[in-house]
Amino acid sequence: MTDSVIDFRGVSHHFRVPTEGRIASLKEWLIRRVVRRRDRYRRIVALDNVSFEVRRGRALGVIGHNGAGKSTLLRIAAGILQPRQGVAEVQGRIAPVIELGIGFENELTGRENIVFNGALLGRSFEEMTSRMEEIVGFAELGDFIDNPIRTFSTGMVGRLAFSVATTVDAQILLLDEVLSVGDERFQRKCTERMDEFRRRGVTILFVSHSLEAVEKICDEALWLEHGRVVAHGPASKVVARYRMSVNGDAAVGGKIESVAADPF
Amino acid sequence: MVSITATPVLHNSATTKFSSRREIAEIVENRNLLLNLVRRDLTVRYKRSIIGFFWTMLNPLILMIILTIVFSNLFRFEGISHFEVYFLSMYMVFGFFAQTTAQSMTSLSWNGSLMKRVRVPKSIFAVSTTLSGLVNLCLAYIPLFVIMIVRGAPIRPAVLFLPVAFVIIAVFTLGVSLLLSALAVYFDDVSQMYQVGTLALMYMTPIIYPINIVPHKFLWLIRINPLTQIFKLARDPVYHGTLPAPHIFVGSVAIALVTLVIGWFVFHRLSRGFYEHL
Repeated sequence: MTDSVIDFRGVSHHFRVPTEGRIASLKEWLIRRVVRRRDRYRRIVALDNVSFEVRRGRALGVIGHNGAGKSTLLRIAAGILQPRQGVAEVQGRIAPVIELGIGFENELTGRENIVFNGALLGRSFEEMTSRMEEIVGFAELGDFIDNPIRTFSTGMVGRLAFSVATTVDAQILLLDEVLSVGDERFQRKCTERMDEFRRRGVTILFVSHSLEAVEKICDEALWLEHGRVVAHGPASKVVARYRMSVNGDAAVGGKIESVAADPF
Repeated sequence: MVSITATPVLHNSATTKFSSRREIAEIVENRNLLLNLVRRDLTVRYKRSIIGFFWTMLNPLILMIILTIVFSNLFRFEGISHFEVYFLSMYMVFGFFAQTTAQSMTSLSWNGSLMKRVRVPKSIFAVSTTLSGLVNLCLAYIPLFVIMIVRGAPIRPAVLFLPVAFVIIAVFTLGVSLLLSALAVYFDDVSQMYQVGTLALMYMTPIIYPINIVPHKFLWLIRINPLTQIFKLARDPVYHGTLPAPHIFVGSVAIALVTLVIGWFVFHRLSRGFYEHL
């Protein structure tokens, strides 16, 4: 389909975790090699044959319990992780907003950090400087912007990070549980910004524990459990089913069925 | 690239299967990030202290004063005039090598959380550390020339070879950095062992003593040490005013390139497990 911007086809991923704890020293490793006792790894399945697509301008919310594979899914979409099996295709300029404040340098000023963070996200110096005032304005930092980041409060860093990550021209926005920065007023601004993105036709992939936020922002939802897709369909329906299963404690991750094969 | 309505960047996990070629291409694509990493290293280093910038240059000056006192009074080596020039011209290159390799190890683990959240080529940290080290090395050579003028040591046209020597040394250093930093992700004791290793390396290289005082039975140790040959590329033009013999030059380039290829290969091989280990 030409219209799909994010396309996962049978994507699987697992992590290898050593069973006897990690061998932390080279000496130990060499000894084990000699004694021929290779350490055993346990496979932890993070994603198991996940297929879905997001069409241009749609917003997909990913829900599920901790360890369901939500973050892994987002990281594969961002190109940070390569899936072990299957194909993940993403078309368009991505703005990954995965854990704010990562990659800020304490000694640099707010402005310097904006340029540096932009570079981490693949933005040019010119683009960041031309959007500087917009970013500073949205983050509401005032004169503080010329101070080193280490003098900022946690909330200020969060606001700046959100502002940098979202004041960019992107066709795809990847959000990982980040709408909880700042006070209530700033959160409202964040939500407004999301609406603005929606109006501009930006495709959104949103991972969250907040079912309300998913219902509000997203058209569709994908429910993951133990790396498998439990349900995929209109956000309200999937969220309602998820709520029911959590409240009724009924066979979480048990039945695998689709609410609607194609909701459109 | 700058244009706002840029053509969509397509990433497709089927076509971007990890290859070491691909990693090089990504470094080139991310040259803006590379530049920013180098700039960050340098600003953080030189910020917040007035003498920060001058420290790089002050450091060899103070060293020279100490050395002149120690070596003209305590130890004396026959046949070495301008000992401080002899020492510094290689010591600063060794310092670049030792610092860059050690820093690459820490910078890779420090940036581990970054690599899990942003898509960056993993080898970019070793490359940027080497580049900012190279800037510092160039700065550190300025006071050396001042010292040479003050002490009346001749500066000969062969010093024009220095930039070439620096490039070869940097290529070699990058290779070692990649190798060690990848190993350090898996094994915590690598960086501790390397500290001791650095000290051993320093004495296995004729930095602080002339090669002719080495007893015959230990000479091979210095000969097999690749650092000796490569670091001489920086000393000979400055101290002796000579260019390297063609076979030495070719040999050094070969050592540097082979080291880089091995480092790159090992790094790339081990980088698949970085996500789980960082």
